[in-house]
Amino acid sequence: MIDREQVRKVAHLARLDITAEEEEQFTTQLNSILDYFEQLSELDTDNVQPTTRAIETSNITRPDRLEPFPNKKDLIQSAPEPDGEYFRVPKIMASDES
Amino acid sequence: MPKAAPAKTEYEAVIGLETHCQLNTETKIFSRESTKFDADNPNSNISPICLGYPGVLPVLNEKVLEYAVKACLAINCQVAPYSKFDRKQYFYPDLPKNYQISQFDLPIGEHGWLEIEIADKQNVEPVKKKIGITRLHMEEDAGKLNHGGSDRLDGSTYSLVDFNRAGVPLLEIVSEPDIRTGKEAAEYAQELRRIMLYLGISDGKMQEGSLRCDVNISVRPVGQKEFGTKVEIKNMNSFSAIQKAIDYEIERQIEAIENGEPIYQETRLWQEGSQRTKSMRMKEGSSDYRYFPEPDLPPIEVAKEQLEGWKAELPELPVAKRKRYQEEFGLSAYDTRILTDDRSLAEYFEVAISAGGDAKQVTNWLIGDIAAYLKNNNQTISDIALKPEILAELVGLIDKGTISGKIAKEILPDLLTKGGSAKALVEKKGLIQISDTVELEKIIDEVIAAHPDELAKFRAGKTKLRGFFVGQVMKKTGGRADPKLTNQLLGKKLQG
Repeated sequence: MIDREQVRKVAHLARLDITAEEEEQFTTQLNSILDYFEQLSELDTDNVQPTTRAIETSNITRPDRLEPFPNKKDLIQSAPEPDGEYFRVPKIMASDES
Repeated sequence: MPKAAPAKTEYEAVIGLETHCQLNTETKIFSRESTKFDADNPNSNISPICLGYPGVLPVLNEKVLEYAVKACLAINCQVAPYSKFDRKQYFYPDLPKNYQISQFDLPIGEHGWLEIEIADKQNVEPVKKKIGITRLHMEEDAGKLNHGGSDRLDGSTYSLVDFNRAGVPLLEIVSEPDIRTGKEAAEYAQELRRIMLYLGISDGKMQEGSLRCDVNISVRPVGQKEFGTKVEIKNMNSFSAIQKAIDYEIERQIEAIENGEPIYQETRLWQEGSQRTKSMRMKEGSSDYRYFPEPDLPPIEVAKEQLEGWKAELPELPVAKRKRYQEEFGLSAYDTRILTDDRSLAEYFEVAISAGGDAKQVTNWLIGDIAAYLKNNNQTISDIALKPEILAELVGLIDKGTISGKIAKEILPDLLTKGGSAKALVEKKGLIQISDTVELEKIIDEVIAAHPDELAKFRAGKTKLRGFFVGQVMKKTGGRADPKLTNQLLGKKLQG
């Protein structure tokens, strides 16, 4: 079960500004999603290794060879706010670099 | 009865370093874009992968894995038999995907250590200390922000993002809290840099940000087991700044404790101008990065043969060289440290030794006249025309008495800039030392005959004039007279 406090925390981490009604709504919705997944606990997984990927493969690497993407201008142009050679973003409220 | 004043509490600092080291691969960690530092052409090395477009598939650069494993081996880490990448979530515009691909619970290396040497004075045997290394992991770098066209965040109305750096491969190396002083921290960081340069996997330039160190520091009364409140300091761009920032921070924290003020768990920035640390932000409890396994990158299982292969490719590392130079060549710890600080200098030294040069003499030239020349001309050992074999030859010429040390110093600039054989140069310029007794006696006789007044004064007891006569002999021979023999012969002749 998750409560409103946890919903508020997740919203903060995701930088989402939500209203009190939305808090209530998301708490209910998230709980029903969790309830649905709870069905999985009916299975006995004591002897099953946790799975992180569907395909069993490892050590996929590529050679360290330059093959630049040709249309860099397009990448900047498809951004919401291109600014010359830069991507422009709104004012940053607080320094949060790690 | 008056109470005795309470003994002054003694404190110790507990310090750990988190080092980010950019790898000098050709391409980024997960995409085929160049890693070149190109501030003049923002967003010139970008691709859908490093911008995090939907549907793209990152693939690990094999060199990044190789370099990471070699770095693990060099700092005595256990290389994980099974390792994986994870997504670290945080929101900041320098991070295009809103998560950084990093490693969380299964880093490529753990449980390592490196040895540092703390030398206070030139002639004192340095103190050695092992600093534990918690972990080493691979991750991608973030982009760079220009705030409102300036560097400052305050007051800017927008920011411009340059993603050239996004996706540049990094090694993050986290030390155990084994460090106690600013000096130890600076030494640790320098040794790490030296190792990376020996391995040839990073530029290690702190000024340009290819080597970055963050410091975690707390103080506690000596004897106390629990750690004090931990403060993080950032923004040091030189080894001396690391040392100064830590020393300042230790003082600040002790003073706060003594005054009964709280120490906040926060990040502080080192201000080079005021030589202080300044509070940047409070940490909101422990960070919540909601790590989860990166589904796009399969795990890494380094095979035993592969590991052995990489191990075999490792060069002799600084710590081994320091030990060997002292044991094998009888060099002092001080000389050894200078020679091994730079791999190319150490290798130059080794070639000169195997060409027959005397270790102590070669060292004296390298850390004396040659080092001074390099410094004055802003050059490195690889820039000079003087080959190590020729330095050995030069040392041999002095040793055999073919030339004096003074003549050697005189021809050094020529050898440094033009190269060629020392022996040939000495012969061509007619600089061979006069060590023939008969020839020298003749010159000395002439000098004495030319200065009857000085001779009379000498014989009357003004023995200091001996130096004058040596000088005259040297002048007459253009410095070629064997100094030892000259002194000996002069002694006899002057006595009459």
